[in-house]
Amino acid sequence: MTRPAPGPSRNLPQYGALAAVLLANWLLFPDFFSIRLQDGRLFGSLIDVLNRGAPVALLAIGMTMVIATRGVDLSVGAVMAISGAVAATLTQAGWGLAPVLAASLGAGLLCGLWNGLLVAVLRIQPIIATLILMVAGRGIAQLVTEGQIVTFTSPGLAFIGSGSFLTVPMPVVITAVLLGVTALLVRMTALGLMIEAVGVNQLSSAGAGVNTPVVLVAVYVWCGLCAAVAGLVVAADIRGADANNAGLWLELDAILAVVVGGTSLLGGRFGLLRSVVGALILQAMNTGILLSGFKPEFNLIVKAGVLMVVLLLQSPTLTLFLPRPASPRPIRPPAKPESPSPSAGA
Amino acid sequence: MIHRFLPLLVTSAVLVVGFLLCAAQFPAFASLRVVGNLLTDNAFLGITAVGMTFVILSGGIDLSVGAVIGFTTVLLAVLIEQGGWHPVSAFAVALAVAGGFGAAMGAVIHVFQMPPFIVTLAGMFVARGLGFVLSTDSIPINHPLYAELGDLALRFDGGGKLTLPALLMLGVVAAAVVCAHWTRFGANLYALGGNRQSAELMGVPVGRTTVAVYALSGLLAGLAGIVFSLYTGAGYSLAATGVELDTITAVVIGGTQLTGGYGYVIGTFIGVLIQGLIQTYITFDGSLSSWWTKIAIGVLLFVFILLQKGLLAVWTGRGGAPAEA
Amino acid sequence: MTDPTPTASPPLLAVRGLSKAFLGVQALDGVDFTVRHGEIHALLGENGAGKSTLIKTLTGVYQRDAGTVTLEGRAIAPRGVEEAQRLHIGTVYQEVNLLPNLSVAENLFLGRQPMRFGLVDRGAMRRRARAVLIPYGLSLDVTAPLGRFSVATQQIVAIARAVDMSAKVLILDEPTASLDAQEVAVLFKVMRTLRSRGIGIVFVTHFLDQVYALCDRITVLRNGLLVGERRTAELPRLDLVAMMLGRELEAAAHRIAPPGNDGEEDARPPLVRFRGYGKARSVEPFDLDIRPGEVVGLAGLLGSGRTETARLVFGMDRADRGEAAVDGQAVRLRGPRDAIRLGFGFCPEDRKKEGIVGALSVRENIILALQARQGWLRPIPRRRQEEIADRFIRLLDIRTPHAEQPIQLLSGGNQQKALLARWLATEPRLLILDEPTRGIDVGAHAEIIRLIERLCADGMALLVVSSELEEIVAYSRRVVVLRDRRHVAELRGGEVAVDRIVAAIASEPVPVEPRP
Repeated sequence: MTRPAPGPSRNLPQYGALAAVLLANWLLFPDFFSIRLQDGRLFGSLIDVLNRGAPVALLAIGMTMVIATRGVDLSVGAVMAISGAVAATLTQAGWGLAPVLAASLGAGLLCGLWNGLLVAVLRIQPIIATLILMVAGRGIAQLVTEGQIVTFTSPGLAFIGSGSFLTVPMPVVITAVLLGVTALLVRMTALGLMIEAVGVNQLSSAGAGVNTPVVLVAVYVWCGLCAAVAGLVVAADIRGADANNAGLWLELDAILAVVVGGTSLLGGRFGLLRSVVGALILQAMNTGILLSGFKPEFNLIVKAGVLMVVLLLQSPTLTLFLPRPASPRPIRPPAKPESPSPSAGA
Repeated sequence: MIHRFLPLLVTSAVLVVGFLLCAAQFPAFASLRVVGNLLTDNAFLGITAVGMTFVILSGGIDLSVGAVIGFTTVLLAVLIEQGGWHPVSAFAVALAVAGGFGAAMGAVIHVFQMPPFIVTLAGMFVARGLGFVLSTDSIPINHPLYAELGDLALRFDGGGKLTLPALLMLGVVAAAVVCAHWTRFGANLYALGGNRQSAELMGVPVGRTTVAVYALSGLLAGLAGIVFSLYTGAGYSLAATGVELDTITAVVIGGTQLTGGYGYVIGTFIGVLIQGLIQTYITFDGSLSSWWTKIAIGVLLFVFILLQKGLLAVWTGRGGAPAEA
Repeated sequence: MTDPTPTASPPLLAVRGLSKAFLGVQALDGVDFTVRHGEIHALLGENGAGKSTLIKTLTGVYQRDAGTVTLEGRAIAPRGVEEAQRLHIGTVYQEVNLLPNLSVAENLFLGRQPMRFGLVDRGAMRRRARAVLIPYGLSLDVTAPLGRFSVATQQIVAIARAVDMSAKVLILDEPTASLDAQEVAVLFKVMRTLRSRGIGIVFVTHFLDQVYALCDRITVLRNGLLVGERRTAELPRLDLVAMMLGRELEAAAHRIAPPGNDGEEDARPPLVRFRGYGKARSVEPFDLDIRPGEVVGLAGLLGSGRTETARLVFGMDRADRGEAAVDGQAVRLRGPRDAIRLGFGFCPEDRKKEGIVGALSVRENIILALQARQGWLRPIPRRRQEEIADRFIRLLDIRTPHAEQPIQLLSGGNQQKALLARWLATEPRLLILDEPTRGIDVGAHAEIIRLIERLCADGMALLVVSSELEEIVAYSRRVVVLRDRRHVAELRGGEVAVDRIVAAIASEPVPVEPRP
């Protein structure tokens, strides 16, 4: 007598939407799914969607957990700029790959720690707390690059952006790894439960002994790390750092991806994979619009449309009329404490 | 009594002290010309920030204002230059479209009970997207009225002048102060920001007020778009990118609680001036790089948020003034 | 009591055959309800009786399915709070009151500000606000934000607003729930004044004493049905309780604990020992010992420091003086986590805000404290979680379709039981319960009291806060009585009785509502 696995059914709308968008692309461009191998790397529109969707997907992984605690991190775009600026400047200054990565990711962690402390210790509303770094962060990034667009030629760092591992582009690999690590971190430990508990009711969680400040700082630090990784990927891809434009408005795309992924902005239940799928849906639409020859700007309107539809589906006014999904697992009748009898219940 | 106005006092003090410091370093600073330019350069920001203050007072937020400004400038350019409209009728259409756009967002927020943050984010995408659809290029506006309006100004001795944009901003601020404190609409806004449910139970027309406040914000963003197009003499869909952030910053520095219910329009005005002052100082200095503006504003934001946090803790920490007979 | 003289003129408010259903659940079923001029009319009933549905239908929040409402003989059907106000029906709610960020004057005149030249005349508004508050004995700075005043003052301002808006019917929905005795007395004075002015007051409360102290008539609802309307003077308490419950109270709740052999047991070392423990502006320093297998009751009026004591013991608030020891070892309680590590558990008074994690499942709520104590690195396997949840759901008879049900969908009593399960899963040595039976139906009430007795018999130490004195007397071995944030008496054994507690509370000239 086990409870029906909730995973696939809960993720169904997102998978369905992704499939629908991909299918639409395929109908428009029969070549959409064709993938070819060239110079030991896969190419094709589908690979392109994955590759270009990687930065937002990376941001969405961190953002999902922040939103699950009923917060939001507006600073991820600025943190991307900082981490990219640090990586490019240090590489240009002749540092090795390892220290560059460490410094760049460290900068992201530090930014996350700052946000986390403001939210958890000073108890500043997340939108406001992260607004500070959103405003100042880009200034800091420009401070690092001294207002220049810093370019580099180091093949090691560039590999992160344009290389491939087992024919798969590195950004995709990195996203998959970060997703896997994050999922393991929250689902194989009790962190996921605590994040959801804090997101639903912080007071109650604290009263039950959940270390809420630590949980909050942890999610913002992790979000900062994810943003730093995204910043690295972008900087490595273009072999340079543009403090002004790197990650500009990507915080909004990341939030959008999380929302499309079905995690409520009011905190609580979250799905990491669903958020990544959300990012891919957005990217697939973007690619489709580009391929159809529409102006890329048209994408903004489509994005807005998607956002409204998803939100309408989550809107309390509408959900009143939708049936509640039931997941019946009957209470076990008194079982012997020794053996969890598999035949119990029916 | 005094601590109710403390955020406002601190904001004003920052402006005055900042200005005096600037003037001490650069004597040319303390001139009517600089002050006039400060007002002109920040006119569109000030007008937008007034609308944002109302929205934030009511407990919401409007991320679409920058995009609406950009869209308005393109719309004006397209109507005047490509459609051959007279600017005045183009202004009227632009204001109506911007106001209607805000009202639509307000209606969605109210009817579907959706977070304003997200609805106006979608609005931002829509407005920018529509701007791009109209034109992706910067279109110069060459109508003679634009040149006339650009020259229109109250001139003072010493080269100082109050241009039309600056006058418009001052007028909007004055009207907004009256609206906030001497109209029922203003009281309803504060009520809504204090507690939506209580306000509703007390008979505040929540739906109407919500729609109206976003419509007002859209309308003012449209007006700011007109001012912006006068100021730059062009329409460009990428114009005023990030202005939503600047206005929110001005509102917070001006002492308004981002959670709604507490704050003053005049504070926002001062907040706009402080931001302008920092920018002007960095221009005057010449050796300082532009990114210090962002960092300085970030630091100011942090300080003011901490200040508000402290004050709110003091206010709510002491309940129960004895009042029984 | 002033009974209105029977007249031929129509009653102030007459509700006939009112019905209202939500998604197939009949919340009100053909209810009659009558309010006369110049009376205070208690509207009583358990949870789910339909009181709030009736009120919300009267005030236009809900639209009725069937039935008529007439005000002074005229049929009315308000479609919103605003319209209800215009029809002279004013309402004051327990929690959602006025707007703390607006000034007193603005609160009084929101939506009907005096206007001059199309603008709000702020000077006139201030003058009129002061004038409006005079009959209530309130003299305060009407320009100050309302949030700076006490709950009682805010409550009276809310009443003043409703009455000034020409209310003929004033609905007070649990106005006394968060007031202390003194504030209640002030409020009652106001209510009596209003009654003498001919206003009909509908008074919803859980305090039976207040009903008998104040009300002329009582209407009782149960499960959406009208049980009956009686004159207070003609309805003995026992009959009233029977009407509300539809059955006799379980005997357990009224049994007086046998005077224990406390003399010798006091020699046992206490599990926890507090000396000079206290916190400025919260509770005066107190001494407190709790032994294993002992229930210590904390009694006192609201705001007397009961809840504050419980929160200090659990570390929810941090003490700024005194010492705490567990098993004779000095300990520091800097937060719930310290307390939980020492084997404490705490069910707070405000279940919804501080207890349950609403959107999470019953299972997750039950294992939350256990998991938090183990730390996030040692997750409880899913299978084990389900075992724990199912065990407690059975053990405490938590009524839920399954353990995956979001806890917010459960009734108050079942939420409380799930919270108890959360702590029992941690096998606590000391369980602190703040108002464990507040706001839950009578069936669950009796079960929780039985559970307290059983836990105590199993050797657990319990510290229980309750405003139900009979209840406290039923299960406590010792009762600490508080007054004005001070521990004023400790009753033990044979001394534990309602009248002794009342005497201790009233041992100084503090106005207390009389307890018969």
